[in-house]
Amino acid sequence: MAEPGATGALRAYRALLGAQARSQAAYRTSFVVDLVGNMGATVFDVLTVLVLFGVTRELGGFTLRETLVVVGLSSSAFATADLLVGNIERLPRYVRTGLFDAVLVRPLAALPQLLLMDLPLRKVSRAVFGLAVLVFALASAGIDWTPGRVALALVAPPAAVVFFAAVFVTTATVSFYWIDSGELANSVTYGGRDFTSYPVTVYGGWFRALFAYGMGFAFVSYHPALALLGRADPLGLPAWVGWASPGVALVAAAVAALAWRVGIRHYRSTGS
Amino acid sequence: MSVIEMDGLRKEFTVRVRAGRLRREKRTVTAVDGVDLRVERGEMLGYIGPNGAGKSTTLKMLTGVLMPSAGRARVCGLRPVADRTRLALRIGVVFGQRSQLWWDLPLRDSFALLRHVYRVPPGEHAARLARCRSLLDLDEFLDTPVRQLSLGQRMRGELTAALLHGPEVLFLDEPTIGLDVVSKQAVRGFLAELGRAGDTTLVLTTHDLADIERLCRRLVVIDHGRVVHDGSIAALHSRYGSRRMVVAELDAALPAPPELPGAPVQRVEADGRRLVFALESASVAEVVAGLAGLATLRDISIVEPDIEEVVARLYRAPAEVG
Repeated sequence: MAEPGATGALRAYRALLGAQARSQAAYRTSFVVDLVGNMGATVFDVLTVLVLFGVTRELGGFTLRETLVVVGLSSSAFATADLLVGNIERLPRYVRTGLFDAVLVRPLAALPQLLLMDLPLRKVSRAVFGLAVLVFALASAGIDWTPGRVALALVAPPAAVVFFAAVFVTTATVSFYWIDSGELANSVTYGGRDFTSYPVTVYGGWFRALFAYGMGFAFVSYHPALALLGRADPLGLPAWVGWASPGVALVAAAVAALAWRVGIRHYRSTGS
Repeated sequence: MSVIEMDGLRKEFTVRVRAGRLRREKRTVTAVDGVDLRVERGEMLGYIGPNGAGKSTTLKMLTGVLMPSAGRARVCGLRPVADRTRLALRIGVVFGQRSQLWWDLPLRDSFALLRHVYRVPPGEHAARLARCRSLLDLDEFLDTPVRQLSLGQRMRGELTAALLHGPEVLFLDEPTIGLDVVSKQAVRGFLAELGRAGDTTLVLTTHDLADIERLCRRLVVIDHGRVVHDGSIAALHSRYGSRRMVVAELDAALPAPPELPGAPVQRVEADGRRLVFALESASVAEVVAGLAGLATLRDISIVEPDIEEVVARLYRAPAEVG
């Protein structure tokens, strides 16, 4: 669309976001309870790691402080992506209740509308806590801050957010074809989050190959953490791989965009 | 150029049906089976048919929700799917059982939001909203959250929401479904008013034929995905032989049903004291005169043709292409 169309669309999306905020404010008490509850989920991610290190001094060849960088990258990115696009897993419900059709007859793109109209603002606490863990981990890991590492520390987290967001969207599109695919989607999204919370060296065999490099989860937290910590990859990949995460995120985003378009096309031809 | 053009419009769905314990068979169901239709600017078109006839599927193809399997559709000269967002600015859509409103916000807020969604200049928006407020009596529940509105109130809200951007075409899918009599009247009155203004084209699907009788001069009946009637309601009556009836209440039953020229007896009720004649070529006066010579008349009433009956007969008839 023309230029005024683009700014008009931005204003429309902002209005949708404002409406969602006001809708959630209609249930104030439950909102506060959820804020606290959601923080709990990320607290447990970190606690799990701390408990593990109560038993062992090293995890897959990494110390606690080093592992926390991995955890911080993973949980801050996952929580942020979950906040922004996580609710797309409710796609089957949108289709069933007719919200999906309602969104398609409006003069805006379907995906941003769905995300903004159902944005779970209560998950904000989780993202903020994840970010705090990341900042703490980066500050206490004894990183030798070169300009390159500073840049990486700024770019890797958003890249990880984009990557997780892409995973959410891609797995949700499966429900265009198979309405009960929620569990399968969860196994990839939440499985991916758990996978990225530890150095990939703790996993083995085909499982590591599939999640780390087949789906690209190694680039979310493991390789950027190696590059930030200045450690060589025990698995032998070159050092520059740590800087590949933005590229991997872009590829994932492109795959997600394609999957979404194809999914909508399928919906349009089947209506189910 | 017609506002709406459909040429050989077709939609097939593949459904999987259980065939045996584990096996599932694919079966192709044709929901819309080659519809050709032209709708001109300002027309009010009633689009009716039994459940599963393809009414909603047609509307979804015209609004860009579904892609036709074959054929061609144009609305305001645009391709519904390919030009979806541009078309959305020029059409309004009311799906009776789905909402365009924000559930947890006051009705007023939904209207304000839609101004941004459709990028309507504030002045135009305010003028249209003011008109809807007075015609649909929105003021008493404008500040109520949508989830607390009655169905009738909500539907009045939906109509307003669909019109605030001044659409050229308004698609209504079952707009009166589930409404009480008063709300139905309000909705019909409003749509009639909209139609009188003459610049909005209106396509309406409904189960309630009173909607059609009140609103639409043109009636398209669809069955098994095909158009079986396209014309006025009067044309439907004459084509399918629906006639006005004269109901005569007599003091005492006649020994045999009377034979009046041009008005055969349809039914004999109340032990022969109520006779129902169908007016074929005779006039009401001729029936009354003919009867007066035979019996003492207690009461006479005239029953207008019942479109519902006609359509029911139409649905039952094997699909014939009209």
